[in-house]
Amino acid sequence: MLFREAGQFHTSYAQDSRLLPLRRDRIRMAILLVAGFLVVPFIANDYWLDAILIPWLTLSLVAQGQNILMGYAGQLSLGSAGFMAAGAFACYNIILRIDGIGFIAAVLLSGVCAALIGIVFGLPSLRVRGLYLMVATLASQFFIVWALNKIEWFTNYDPAGVITAQHIFVLGHEFDTSVEKYLVVLGIVSVLTLLAANMAHGSPGRAWMAVRDMDVAAEVNGLSLLRTKLQAFAISSFYCGVGGALYTYAYLETVEPSAFTIHMSFLILFMALIGGLGTIKGPFFGAAFILFIPIVLNVISNEVFGNAVNLSLLSALEQLIFGVMIIVILIFEPLGLARIWQLFKQRLRLWPFRH
Amino acid sequence: MSDFLFFLEVLIGGLLAGSLYALVALGFVLIYKASFVFNFAQSSFVFFAALSLCGFMELGLPMWAAVPVAISLMVVVGMATERLVLRPLVGQSEETLLMATIGLAFVVEGLAQAVWGVEVRTLDLGVGHHPIEWVMDRWGMLINKFDLVAAIVAWILVAVLALVFSRTKVGRGLRAVADDNSAALSIGIPLSHIWMLVWATAGVVALVAGMLWGARNGVQFALVDLALKALPVLIIGGFTSVPGVVVAGLLVGAFESVTEFYIGPLVGGGIDAWTPYALAVVFLMFRAEGLFGEKIIRRV
Repeated sequence: MLFREAGQFHTSYAQDSRLLPLRRDRIRMAILLVAGFLVVPFIANDYWLDAILIPWLTLSLVAQGQNILMGYAGQLSLGSAGFMAAGAFACYNIILRIDGIGFIAAVLLSGVCAALIGIVFGLPSLRVRGLYLMVATLASQFFIVWALNKIEWFTNYDPAGVITAQHIFVLGHEFDTSVEKYLVVLGIVSVLTLLAANMAHGSPGRAWMAVRDMDVAAEVNGLSLLRTKLQAFAISSFYCGVGGALYTYAYLETVEPSAFTIHMSFLILFMALIGGLGTIKGPFFGAAFILFIPIVLNVISNEVFGNAVNLSLLSALEQLIFGVMIIVILIFEPLGLARIWQLFKQRLRLWPFRH
Repeated sequence: MSDFLFFLEVLIGGLLAGSLYALVALGFVLIYKASFVFNFAQSSFVFFAALSLCGFMELGLPMWAAVPVAISLMVVVGMATERLVLRPLVGQSEETLLMATIGLAFVVEGLAQAVWGVEVRTLDLGVGHHPIEWVMDRWGMLINKFDLVAAIVAWILVAVLALVFSRTKVGRGLRAVADDNSAALSIGIPLSHIWMLVWATAGVVALVAGMLWGARNGVQFALVDLALKALPVLIIGGFTSVPGVVVAGLLVGAFESVTEFYIGPLVGGGIDAWTPYALAVVFLMFRAEGLFGEKIIRRV
């Protein structure tokens, strides 16, 4: 009995339907935000910020986009890396071609660009579902990356194909240290996550879930499938586009299509699924898991084997263990890490008793 | 050489490559028919099988001995997959199963490279990679002899499997399982045996595909991307139809090579990365269940 949730009564609809109805959850969220914005910048070193926190936050955002589409709206999609690429290149071109535009505005605009592309590639969802839809979205993945490689306007006729990302300017101030970049990323990710939570709890989320659970029934009940599905595709690609732009500008610092291969799409899909589909915190868990497992495996294998075995064998073994862990998680908890977290909380509520 | 003959050459090249796509796609269809799993690891099986065959031959086994060893290895791998990965996941959603097979793909690829190393190998099946001479002499067309032989092997395999499925008792059992798992189980069809058998067959099909593709393009990691080539074929042919994948494979191969030769140069080339998918999407718009797939009926 580490904590109790009894004794909190909601006396109005507004109280009942708020995002975090329990006081404990609100306090925890406040602590988390304070820690993220005020504590982490002072205690984390550049390695942690650059190599771990920034990619984690940006990829969580992309996984959130995947989660909105797959977890809430039930549309299996494998094009998220394509939309990331679209967002990244849109951001590059917007900053390049619109004088004096701030980074935040550019990132949001590139999200809008990705959303428009997402609507186009979401059109097949009106006809097909499941695996068939996945293949249709794969078309977007291949087509977008091909177009970015071949149409030179997107890369501003750069001969090398690898473009250095512009510096990040917000309100005239240059954000170039790791801490500053981290704060920009954290700010955008926090706001968009709040937005996602609101949408998921509100009427758009209910519409998505109705379509996910049984689209024919949803349509019979008066939902417009066209609107709901395309809305889910647009919002999902918006998140992927913003995430892609942040990933390139705050983490990679080069803009190149080769960063957004089909392999990236798979990783995003894993993040959404292993984190737990249809939950807002799932993508954060999933992104952490997928990002950190290779790092942890790498550290462990270096500690254990050192230079005794060659690198290619080591990376093959890491890949093997990664695959095994994914299968094991899917077998033992198909609902993902968010579900494990929920069970853990349940256990704490009754602790030290089991039932 | 006239334009028409050139077109014919491109077309035939595409059709032959398409037969090989169909062969890869066949492995997917087998599994999907029996257990509604899109086995993303199928192309990793292809890679693993080809690499193991090369590995056994490097250990000193002659070809005639290495092939049966590789076949038994693939049977074991297929059965183990069914038992260890898919059986515990029975009844989960399509996405979860798909993810599990992607995880499996990581495992199989990692295993293959950990055991046999990462070097690119060549596999010689004793068929030369050169144009057939009398075709070249008569019409001036370059038709690769190896591609022709490979396509014939693929067709024979497909024909044999199609016959087994439509004419034998096992095939009838398989189709019953494909129709309804629990109904098939309730009338006494040994579900687990059928599944084991299907996975073992998929392993063997992977070996044949691996030998042909490995001999054609070298036994290398790029073989795992075959899954991405097979997907449009599956969409067009329908996930559950053996004849469907053959027709679709030919269609995709021909479409891909013709567009690459005639439209590719206009837009900078490399469009074969996405043209099969574009074709698949167009097909989806008009016939969502594929050429020979079963009609999708949805009820509330």
